[in-house]
Amino acid sequence: MTAFEYAPAPESADIARLKSSYGVFVNGELRAGRGEPIKTINPANEQPLAEVAEADTSDVDDAVAAARAAYTDVWSKLPGAQRAKYLFRIARAIQERGRELAVLESLDNGKPIKESRDVDVPTAAAHFFYYAGWADKLDYAGYGPDPRPIGVAGQVIPWNFPLLMAAWKIAPALATGNTVVLKPAETTPLTAITLAEIIAECDLPPGVVNVLPGGPAIGQAIVDHPGVDKIAFTGSTGVGKMIQKSVAASGKRLSLELGGKAANIIFDDAPLDQAIEGIVNGIFFNQGHVCCAGSRLLVQESVHDEVVAALQQRLQTLRLGDPLDKNTDIGAINSAAQLARVRALADSGDAEGATRWSPECTLPERGFWFPPTIFTGVSQANRIAQEETFGPVLSVLTFRTPQEAVDKANNTPYGLSAGIWTEKGSRILWMANRLRAGVVWANTFNRFDPASPFGGYKESGFGREGGRHGLAAYLEGEH
Amino acid sequence: MSATLTPKLTGPPALTAVPGELAADNASLTRFLHGLPGVDQVGAEGRAAALATRSIKTTAKAWAIDTAISMVDLTTLEGSDTPGKVRSLCAKARRPDPSDASAPAAAAVCVYPDLVATAVEALRGSNVQIASVATAFPSGRASLATKLVDVAEAVAAGATEVDMVIDRGAFLAGEYSRVFAEIVAVKAACGTGEKAAHLKVILETGELVTLDAVRRASWLALLAGGDFIKTSTGKISPAATPPVALVMLQAVRDFAARTGEVRGVKLAGGIRTTKEAVRYLVMVNEVAGSRWLHPSTFRFGASSLLNDLLQQRHKLTLGGYDGPDYVTID
Repeated sequence: MTAFEYAPAPESADIARLKSSYGVFVNGELRAGRGEPIKTINPANEQPLAEVAEADTSDVDDAVAAARAAYTDVWSKLPGAQRAKYLFRIARAIQERGRELAVLESLDNGKPIKESRDVDVPTAAAHFFYYAGWADKLDYAGYGPDPRPIGVAGQVIPWNFPLLMAAWKIAPALATGNTVVLKPAETTPLTAITLAEIIAECDLPPGVVNVLPGGPAIGQAIVDHPGVDKIAFTGSTGVGKMIQKSVAASGKRLSLELGGKAANIIFDDAPLDQAIEGIVNGIFFNQGHVCCAGSRLLVQESVHDEVVAALQQRLQTLRLGDPLDKNTDIGAINSAAQLARVRALADSGDAEGATRWSPECTLPERGFWFPPTIFTGVSQANRIAQEETFGPVLSVLTFRTPQEAVDKANNTPYGLSAGIWTEKGSRILWMANRLRAGVVWANTFNRFDPASPFGGYKESGFGREGGRHGLAAYLEGEH
Repeated sequence: MSATLTPKLTGPPALTAVPGELAADNASLTRFLHGLPGVDQVGAEGRAAALATRSIKTTAKAWAIDTAISMVDLTTLEGSDTPGKVRSLCAKARRPDPSDASAPAAAAVCVYPDLVATAVEALRGSNVQIASVATAFPSGRASLATKLVDVAEAVAAGATEVDMVIDRGAFLAGEYSRVFAEIVAVKAACGTGEKAAHLKVILETGELVTLDAVRRASWLALLAGGDFIKTSTGKISPAATPPVALVMLQAVRDFAARTGEVRGVKLAGGIRTTKEAVRYLVMVNEVAGSRWLHPSTFRFGASSLLNDLLQQRHKLTLGGYDGPDYVTID
């Protein structure tokens, strides 16, 4: 009997309804930006997808002016129930065009279609639904009677979850009565621009949402613009620090969601088969391009060999390849630059004496690819245990006692997330009280829900997104 | 573009020593079974659901359908069973598709012990196995002596496979050594040597309820010598579910890794559609390994499933659905 070979099951790229060119969305109008047009490419094969006429600084001026006018004249005066009506409408429209958005996201980002289809797009819609529900109930959110919006929010988002991050930023801002100037990442602008198209079709008043594709200069222009009242940024810690310097003493409010080096902690009494899935989901979900990725595996030494063996066996069933194939588990690295960073950090693991292991897998010839990789024999002093990899690379370390696990988990400049795997409930609570991480998952990892706040400690940033807490980032006088 | 590898059978090393002479000692058996890693229900359900998103199309689907047909234990276990009904079922098992000889035969027919002789007669000259439920199926509420007579009669009549039920009451009461001893005794009653009937041990997971209990019962049955572990009698709901199948496949995988012995899994009850069957084959492939994708190590206990598989097979070979009147009702 031959082996069970899964035939290719590709989603059609036509579903994305790719246009030949994309532009900016300013004051309710989709038009070409005045900056240099760039080509956005499919990271899975390096083929150009579309031309994007990016914004220049005059577009930033226009967008901020439009957002200010919309804030003053319309949006801040609109009753919450009316704002909710628009947000519900956007949420439904995202669902209706879910398949298109999922394929477009996989083309532009390189992530597997099963993730864009089952995670990114439904969670984006869920965020709009969730914050739509808050819009007319802000008096009861715990921020006092009649909480006030801040004004114009400048929002800069990363390339790892392009649509979902746009939803995380836009939904709470609009629910609380702010208007928005959003800049998607330069390598992944297409779903944010399509979201702008959806927003236009939902008849949102012009200027309430503006989308400006562009590079770092446009991000800087938004951050520095005197007409912006609040900056919300998700991205690297390095850029976050620059932004914080830029807005110092400007009176602008700031929330930052930055990098991470999360510990996923496996005790010897863990439900091991599920822990293996949690490890895989923690670091190989979205090729490890996840700020809260469980990139440091802390395994109790007594089960180290067993866990590593089971993990290696599991990794051999991961399918790497065409992101549009419905059976693909691991897609492409988003860009050549990111691939170079992942390679360099992995090479440092070799150089510092850790042991590298990957399952046998053939990488496609074109595009940006990196195999799922485990480093064992990693020590706390190694770069791969300290620096954010943002790629499918797992560092395995060991511990002996719960206290040692806490000490090692917290021994990082970051503090975004952590995972605990044990069947002992009291230990989960003991650990969670001591882990300095914004999110602590117990017997699961990388689970997101719009009702649950998300954000970091230390160099992972400040401010919370999601849940009731996520409203505070867009309300006057709250932090 | 995709690269998948067959998992090697080099799974996790021993958690503790596999108990050798456990039968007489309930305390050490309890220590071993309770020392197995726990199963997190939410995580297991999540993994089963994720596996169900695999998209099996064209050539892969054709392969999966034929493989599934060859794994069906075509079953009738009703008070109203008659020799005529059993003969009809046997004819179906030998040649499931009258219009297409390329459709494989089913793995076995599964009947009550008193109808084994009829099935033996009807299946003479074919490779279809004769399975019989025994041991006071489905409740198992009888003395061991009665159960062994039940088994002996089925084997004497020509059953090549015996589907026994465990004493769920004893299991839930923590009397693991009693369950173990019953399985050992039934295995002995199945005969010895090449002609021994293969023993499938029905756990009746719908009565065990938790996945921890399913894992423990699976190991108990494997340690006691069951050739297969089987989910259900089909008389209790829920019967086979994806999370239960997941845990049982993990058990045979881990058992093989630790002992080198490859045992089988049979899912029975409630599996009616090709889509479900193909999803289970994906689970076998990715959880236990492709080594298990063979009728000697994986079975579906079913009746209506076979006709759905045949209709889907027609769709692939003919290019369209031809409908329920183009497969036989037996």
